[in-house]
Amino acid sequence: MNIRNTIDNLKKPFNKGEKWEKFAPAFNAFDTFLFVPNHTTKHGAHIRDAVDLKRTMITVIIALLPALFYGIYNTGFQYYSQLGIDYNSMDLMIHGSMKILPMIAVSYIVGLTVEFAFAVFRGHEINEGYLVTGLLIPMIMPVDIPLWMVGLSVAFAVFIGKEAFGGTGMNILNPALTARAFAFFAYPTYMSGNKVWVSEASNIDGVSGETILGMLASGNSALPYEPLQMFIGSIPGSIAETSTLMVLVGAFILIFTGVGSWRIMVGSVIGAAATGLMFNLWGANELMNFSWINHLMVGGFAFGVVFMATDPVSAAQTVKGKWIYGLLVGLFCILIRVFNPAYPEGVMLAILLMNVFAPTIDHYVIQVNINRRLKRSLKTVKAA
Amino acid sequence: MSNDIKIKNGLTINIKGAAENIIKKAAFPKSISLNPSDFHLIKPKMVVKVGNHVKAGDVVFYSKDNEEIKFCSPISGIVKDILRGAKRKIIEIVIDSDKTQKSKEFEISNLENLNGNDLKKLLLGSGCWPFIKQRPYDIIANPLDSPKSIFISTLNTAPISADFQIILDDQKNEFITGVQVLKKLTDGDLNICIEKDSKTFINEINDVVIHDVSGPHPAGNVGIQIHHVDPINSGEKVWTINPEDVAIIGRFFLTGVYNPLRTIAISGPPVKHPQYYKTIIGSKLSKIINDAGVKTGEQLRFINGDILTGSTVDKDNYLGFYNNTFSILREGNHYRMFGWIPFINNKVPSIYKTSFSWIFPDKKYDLDTNINGEERAFVVTGEMEKVFPMDIFPMQLLKECMVGNIEKMENLGIYEVAPEDFSLIDYSSSSKIEAQHIIRKGLDLMISEVG
Repeated sequence: MNIRNTIDNLKKPFNKGEKWEKFAPAFNAFDTFLFVPNHTTKHGAHIRDAVDLKRTMITVIIALLPALFYGIYNTGFQYYSQLGIDYNSMDLMIHGSMKILPMIAVSYIVGLTVEFAFAVFRGHEINEGYLVTGLLIPMIMPVDIPLWMVGLSVAFAVFIGKEAFGGTGMNILNPALTARAFAFFAYPTYMSGNKVWVSEASNIDGVSGETILGMLASGNSALPYEPLQMFIGSIPGSIAETSTLMVLVGAFILIFTGVGSWRIMVGSVIGAAATGLMFNLWGANELMNFSWINHLMVGGFAFGVVFMATDPVSAAQTVKGKWIYGLLVGLFCILIRVFNPAYPEGVMLAILLMNVFAPTIDHYVIQVNINRRLKRSLKTVKAA
Repeated sequence: MSNDIKIKNGLTINIKGAAENIIKKAAFPKSISLNPSDFHLIKPKMVVKVGNHVKAGDVVFYSKDNEEIKFCSPISGIVKDILRGAKRKIIEIVIDSDKTQKSKEFEISNLENLNGNDLKKLLLGSGCWPFIKQRPYDIIANPLDSPKSIFISTLNTAPISADFQIILDDQKNEFITGVQVLKKLTDGDLNICIEKDSKTFINEINDVVIHDVSGPHPAGNVGIQIHHVDPINSGEKVWTINPEDVAIIGRFFLTGVYNPLRTIAISGPPVKHPQYYKTIIGSKLSKIINDAGVKTGEQLRFINGDILTGSTVDKDNYLGFYNNTFSILREGNHYRMFGWIPFINNKVPSIYKTSFSWIFPDKKYDLDTNINGEERAFVVTGEMEKVFPMDIFPMQLLKECMVGNIEKMENLGIYEVAPEDFSLIDYSSSSKIEAQHIIRKGLDLMISEVG
């Protein structure tokens, strides 16, 4: 194995006691990317499952790809169709790629730099979680956001959202949503309104693109879109959130491989559908009248529920807790949409809010178990 | 009387090289060894010196913390070596056989006339006591306790482990006698767990509670069975004992001599003829391994115990005190290029469907000892619960053990678990958490702080 020998030679200065020892985590990240290491079991079970965190995270990325490709396509489609010039699908993909690939590049470069720096500084291996976060962040941004804002949001999310709590596995909030929330509150004019969702909308007069939820929030009920378009995703919105169909493909991959929690996804859909249905019956404003099925298909609901709410670190961790957490994410998402005109889309805030409450939910679920155990032990004491 | 225990959460790992139903008699060992590390937390106090002559059943060492718990020689011979490690810790006591197999003889009156205390004395004096273990903590039982019940699990669900039905087949009388002895040590039930629908002689034993167990590993773990029948509360003790050790106790009461025969399954993918051997506890293993035959030219790992819970030994080492399985695996110290990509390297099975192994649920695998990744922080949730059939939150308990929060550990059920119950979590964790190691440390902390 020649490549292997080359790497082993390159690795020498990073070994223990050598001059670049401190930077070993950085080198190991590349090494273990190329090769699953030759480590053998030392304690405990002598055999181990094929799955590791790299494989889990790559599975999530694979699940994200359909939505990403559709997002690239839709970016071009929204631009060209509104401009009214002739196009072929190649043009769409090229325009979309020109917009989106730089964002992904910025996200990975900034985020991984911070991750590598912390790993070297703290002397631990680099965790794979950022591979997913780094792709998620551009996917949930409006297409015209300046690259430096992407970079700044990423840096904020990784520093404050993750590393400040102790790194991967310790964060309370979902890092990708932290990045979006940061941009949302720091640069609101770039993150909401009716000029940011379609490429170049703020520069070219002919292009405008209000999201469906934006229209409804401003009291406009004559929607120019059919439910099928909402489902397929040829509507304005954040880059990769528009296509419910592609998100469902991703959800299928996550659930089938067992990587994503179906309980959270199903719980959220039930929560949102029930809340939407309730408001349909009430019907006091346009958003309440908006059919509950359509509520599930527009905005970032589907994307958020499948890819953000299921983040195992920031979600509830117990089985029952996952159901409660999911139901509440759905409930709050629709509540925020309907009652808060400042935030036409509620899924980001609903998930962040439930991230904060997830440990509390788990605490009570676990407390039930603890109480059951205490009760059992008291019973035997009495009997004795 | 029989009850059903159905286990749903768990995992059957299909591995090549399970022992076939052949029992061979191994040659009488030239030397045996007692290994104090087999007895968790026991500090040995030596009774014999190098050069001393011992009979089978003569005390070799006893526990410093409880002088009544004695450890006896399985054979007659001469103490050849007392190996010490750092801080003069005793690592191994080697006894060379004199081939006469003279035994220390005990007077045993009619079993019916003996009460629990008489039996305890005989068990302690003969070296049979260390076979009796206690939960919580999974350590040798304290003879002063009176357990609320005793459990014997006669099924083994760990991958390529010994089948106790094969082992017990020619030791029926001994086993039944042993059960009668143990019955007198508790005021509670003597529980024997058998595989559901198995036609075994155990069904006909009187005065015991039989449980029919079904389901994937760890259904055979005695701790899982206790949890479903009679869970342990704070301050309670349950004793457990391996089936063949019951037969050893029975043999002692039938013959009056300590004769710790051990039927051992030699198994594993590199073994040419995986089968059972009848030998003595502590026997030197190299001859038996050579007889079973292993593939040469590969680096191998030899394990006293099953592949999920056993401890690594050298080929020249000796059989452990408790294990009925001796496993051999290939060492997995090799690299796999891009092996982390899903659906690559399908020769390693996975609880996730990120490998095509799920298409062939019955295929038997040739696993090696590669970790298949690196240790990471706790990230994925819900995967531990899938292989942990107890009403306990495994991840939360592990985290409390790591920080040593005794009150929380107690609340979350530390008294009900043993490291072996976490072996499948070791196996399946995507973050490669060393769960058994963490739980053992947690239990040891409980022993030193709570007792």
